[in-house]
Amino acid sequence: MSVLVFSLIHLVRGDPIRLALGTRFSQETYDALRERSGLDLPLVQQYFTWAGRALTGDLGVSFRSGDTVTSLIGERLPATLTLALAALVVALVIALPLGMLSALHPRSLIDRVATVVSQFGISVPDFWLSIMLILVFAGLLGWLPSGGYVPLTEDPLGWLQRLVLPAVATGVVSGSVITRFVRSSMLEALGQDHVRTAQAKGVPTRQVLTWHVLRNALLPLVTVTGVQLAYLLSGVVVVEIVFSWPGLGQLAYQAVRDRDFPVLQGAVLLFALVFLVINLLVDLLYSRIDPRIARR
Amino acid sequence: MTQLPTPGATPAAPPPAEPLPTAAPVRPRWRETLGLLARNPTAAVSAVVLVLIVLVAVFDETLAPDGPNEQDPSLQLQPPSWAHPFGTDEFGRDVFSRVILGAATSLRVGFLSVAFALVVGTLIGLLAGFYGTWVDDVLMRLMDVLFAFPAVLLAIAIVAIRGAGPANAILAIGIVYVPIFARVTRASVLGVREEVYVRASRSVGASDWRLITRHVLPNAAPPIIVQTSVSLAFAVLAEAALSFLGLGPRRPDPSWGLMLADGRGFIEQAWWYAVFPGLAIVVTVLCFNLLGDGLRDVLDPRQRTLMAGSGR
Repeated sequence: MSVLVFSLIHLVRGDPIRLALGTRFSQETYDALRERSGLDLPLVQQYFTWAGRALTGDLGVSFRSGDTVTSLIGERLPATLTLALAALVVALVIALPLGMLSALHPRSLIDRVATVVSQFGISVPDFWLSIMLILVFAGLLGWLPSGGYVPLTEDPLGWLQRLVLPAVATGVVSGSVITRFVRSSMLEALGQDHVRTAQAKGVPTRQVLTWHVLRNALLPLVTVTGVQLAYLLSGVVVVEIVFSWPGLGQLAYQAVRDRDFPVLQGAVLLFALVFLVINLLVDLLYSRIDPRIARR
Repeated sequence: MTQLPTPGATPAAPPPAEPLPTAAPVRPRWRETLGLLARNPTAAVSAVVLVLIVLVAVFDETLAPDGPNEQDPSLQLQPPSWAHPFGTDEFGRDVFSRVILGAATSLRVGFLSVAFALVVGTLIGLLAGFYGTWVDDVLMRLMDVLFAFPAVLLAIAIVAIRGAGPANAILAIGIVYVPIFARVTRASVLGVREEVYVRASRSVGASDWRLITRHVLPNAAPPIIVQTSVSLAFAVLAEAALSFLGLGPRRPDPSWGLMLADGRGFIEQAWWYAVFPGLAIVVTVLCFNLLGDGLRDVLDPRQRTLMAGSGR
């Protein structure tokens, strides 16, 4: 994986530093950047130097601002984490009741509504939904600001107001995926023999649902929620741009625009690592909470 | 049922490798599949709408009332009317015409990128699943690495390196979907590989090529077909995202994502500018998704519950 991220900069047509600096720059700036980024070394040595530095948290310096990539990422990470977690909350708030109700009343009105809503949510581009939310809630109703960011510590209410729309825009899409998942895994759990046995024994419905159905149905939800969180962390790129949310997605996009390849490399590496770590954690967590898997 | 070989019917001249191949891979038949699909109203309607969208994309220049860049300064940002059903943009161009002309861009990028992913991914999955051992290990670990990168970001990074434009958008989206096709194909091939008819054909000396083309691929195809429809939905979404970020087609070429990006700047004065191109994306993507669900019900019912939660 690191080889792939490393080779990003070498797949660029032409000299990446010259591309980043544009037409007006001094030879000293050029030489200094070239030396600092290690591009004057042989390729294999470059890789090991880069990987060695990356392991210690040194991802190089930005071609544009001269700041270290690690510090740039560190500045942006909290905003992206906040947005991804808020979106996950929105997704679960939508998905859990909707998915459960539609599984408990299959082919009912609520089931049909849930199916339509989740199909729509999966098909709608999140950036278009963002624009529509801005149009309605910022433009027509004037209830919420159309974008921007203030730190929680400075203005908690302003922070929350600016978080709502981007979190809903990203959360609806994930919520739709999770709704379908909750519905199908609930249906599967409802059809199990032990559920029928419990009902036959005369166990109260509420107890059957919480004890026999939900416990089994919600186990796979851990996996899908984890995967969705990983997607949310990286999938908020476009939404961050629409709402001027100063997160990692915006940083990566800015790096693409400026041809600031070390920053792009750093962001891609971080996203891929986060993705892997979350997947690993989900696997571990899953075997912890489901004793059947741990025993296998 | 009538296709089953009748044992003992031709005892005099038993052709060594032939009876099984004619029996096994004819299922599912196209007519049967289409018939079942037609009975699923949602999938049937989606298929019809998609055919219409494709027709619009093919005959775009005939159907569009105005040219893509016909400007009329006296008609800037006009709301929807009979003359301009989707209103006009900041240069007085007809948004309806540009939505029609944008269909070709979106669908071309969508189809070509999925075709790329389909060919490369299926080939990789087929080799990995059929040969197993180290071929499987090497190929699938490579796919795992590619899969670890978030899709949108990987596409953005590829376009960033290769430069913006439709050709690179196709390549970027295609590369992103290769591992998905490889995984789906491999899983399906693993199930088919040990079937009796494959072993029988192998035992009478059929070559690998013949086994793959006559037995394995046709029988492993249903999940791949379903995946193609679902991937087309996400390829259209990804194309729109790349265009929206200015990494797809260049202005003034009409493209739904690009129109959304431009319309965003005028959202308070002219809602129609961003609403209609977005609706075009939603309808197209929704139809591909619904068709994918319908195809899954018909072709691959076992996968329905497994895949219901892994849409993205």
